[in-house]
Amino acid sequence: MGFLESLYKDVILEHYKRPHNRRALPDASHTHEGVNPSCGDELTLYLRIEDGTIRDVGFEGEGCAISQASASLMTDAIKGGSVERALALSRSFKAMIRGEPPAPELGELTSLQGIAKLHARVKCATLAWTTLDAALEQPS
Amino acid sequence: MSGLDARALRRDFPILERTVHGRPLIYLDNAASSQKPRQVVEAMVAYYYNHHANVHRGAHTLSTEATDAYEAARTSVARFVHAPEARSVVFTRNTTEALNLFVSSWGGAHLREGDEVVVTVAEHHANLVPWHFLKRARGIVIKAVGLTEDDRVDLDALEAALGERTRVVSTFHMSNVLGTINPLRRIADLAHGVGALFVVDGAQGAPHLPVDVQSIDCDAYALSGHKMLGPTGVGALWARAEVLESMPPFLGGGEMIRKVTVEDSSYAGIPARFEAGTPAVAEAVGLAAAIDYLEAVGMEAVAEHDAALARYALDRLDGVDGVTLYGPHGDDRGGIVTFNIDGVHPHDVATALDAEGIAIRSGHHCAQPLGRALGTAASARASFYLYTTEDEVDRFVDAVVRTRDFFAAFA
Repeated sequence: MGFLESLYKDVILEHYKRPHNRRALPDASHTHEGVNPSCGDELTLYLRIEDGTIRDVGFEGEGCAISQASASLMTDAIKGGSVERALALSRSFKAMIRGEPPAPELGELTSLQGIAKLHARVKCATLAWTTLDAALEQPS
Repeated sequence: MSGLDARALRRDFPILERTVHGRPLIYLDNAASSQKPRQVVEAMVAYYYNHHANVHRGAHTLSTEATDAYEAARTSVARFVHAPEARSVVFTRNTTEALNLFVSSWGGAHLREGDEVVVTVAEHHANLVPWHFLKRARGIVIKAVGLTEDDRVDLDALEAALGERTRVVSTFHMSNVLGTINPLRRIADLAHGVGALFVVDGAQGAPHLPVDVQSIDCDAYALSGHKMLGPTGVGALWARAEVLESMPPFLGGGEMIRKVTVEDSSYAGIPARFEAGTPAVAEAVGLAAAIDYLEAVGMEAVAEHDAALARYALDRLDGVDGVTLYGPHGDDRGGIVTFNIDGVHPHDVATALDAEGIAIRSGHHCAQPLGRALGTAASARASFYLYTTEDEVDRFVDAVVRTRDFFAAFA
């Protein structure tokens, strides 16, 4: 497998071309806009949280394959789970992108592990997750 | 293809011998920063090994030698931009600092609420954000002129934007995104016609085009050393001596004073007034070596080489389905090729090309208003220089096609 193929795994390209949960939530309890100032990419994250559970999640914005696939995979991973679990996943995901071995609960998110070797693209992979962290800091 | 031998010049640039991801490096990010020839690095090494001391201070031999080298570099910059006198060259860190110096000092002293500054939508952030500071502090008005359909500055709109409140027209020599070369003399005449100063952001002009501040008839010209074969950390602001004389100090400290008491201070003449603290002496020496190198090659030959490579790349990419090109076609186009591949984000293009050893820039290129005007927030940019070969352009174009096909496989 070539360098490019190891980076842009099929699952990443699938999520880039056909992202999941790519929509605004009119009834969102939490909305946050994340920006990657180095490239200008913007991502708006919508969460509908009830009793500590993320009932629904959506995102909008333009970006590269890495940032879009990361956002799409993240929404799949956190939807239906508790806020605490989402924050724990966020910590595990960022640890993996820093080069630590991926935690088992990351599941399909480990497809982005190759970004750890590509420092220039780390912010693309983590944009959705830092936006999630910021959104969850808001009072609902 | 032009008056210079890129293959011969490449031997002066050791970095061009390295590989990236197992492939020979093809460096096409020259608009961001150029590589350095041995002559520049060796001039800096020789300075540190033989002559270094602080400048303009000691009575000892090394200080005199360092001062002479530093002032000789100032003379080199003046010669390079055809300035009438070296004392009107101020060393700065880069173009950004040169423009900030001008805006803060000249603008701070001369601009009042309601005074107008005319720029274009295609400016680098370095020629916008410093004006924003003055807008907030003083209430100046910033007018931005748009582009024509073919990505040139709309000169009719520029003329229409000028009026009795216009105090400054400030724009680029060559656009860092579009490669558009501005008709500087025409803009100078328009600016001077309403009594405004004409300031040129020469970050891309000085490295790639002959510069003659007298025939341009500009009032100030800013440049960076690191984009023109020189080291990082040194740039220059040239301004007409009368303009500099009318400007208060920028930073305060050593070197820029005439007399200091605990309560107050008076300031040195130009250019020392604007060079507080120990300057980047070795970097200035390196810049002088870069200027010697460029003058030996000849800036006309550099400009023709870059433009010929751009024409060649544009011709080849024009026939590639799914590729959008930006910038004008014609003699006023420098060695910058900005493009997008349909359905592929420029960051992914840059990563895919890097996997083949090809370095390009992706993103907003520090020109977000231009991205909005073009309707594309981000783009990919290949930029050429005197060591770029036609063979490298071929391999770049082939890699763009492969990148398109790689990402299209999942459409």
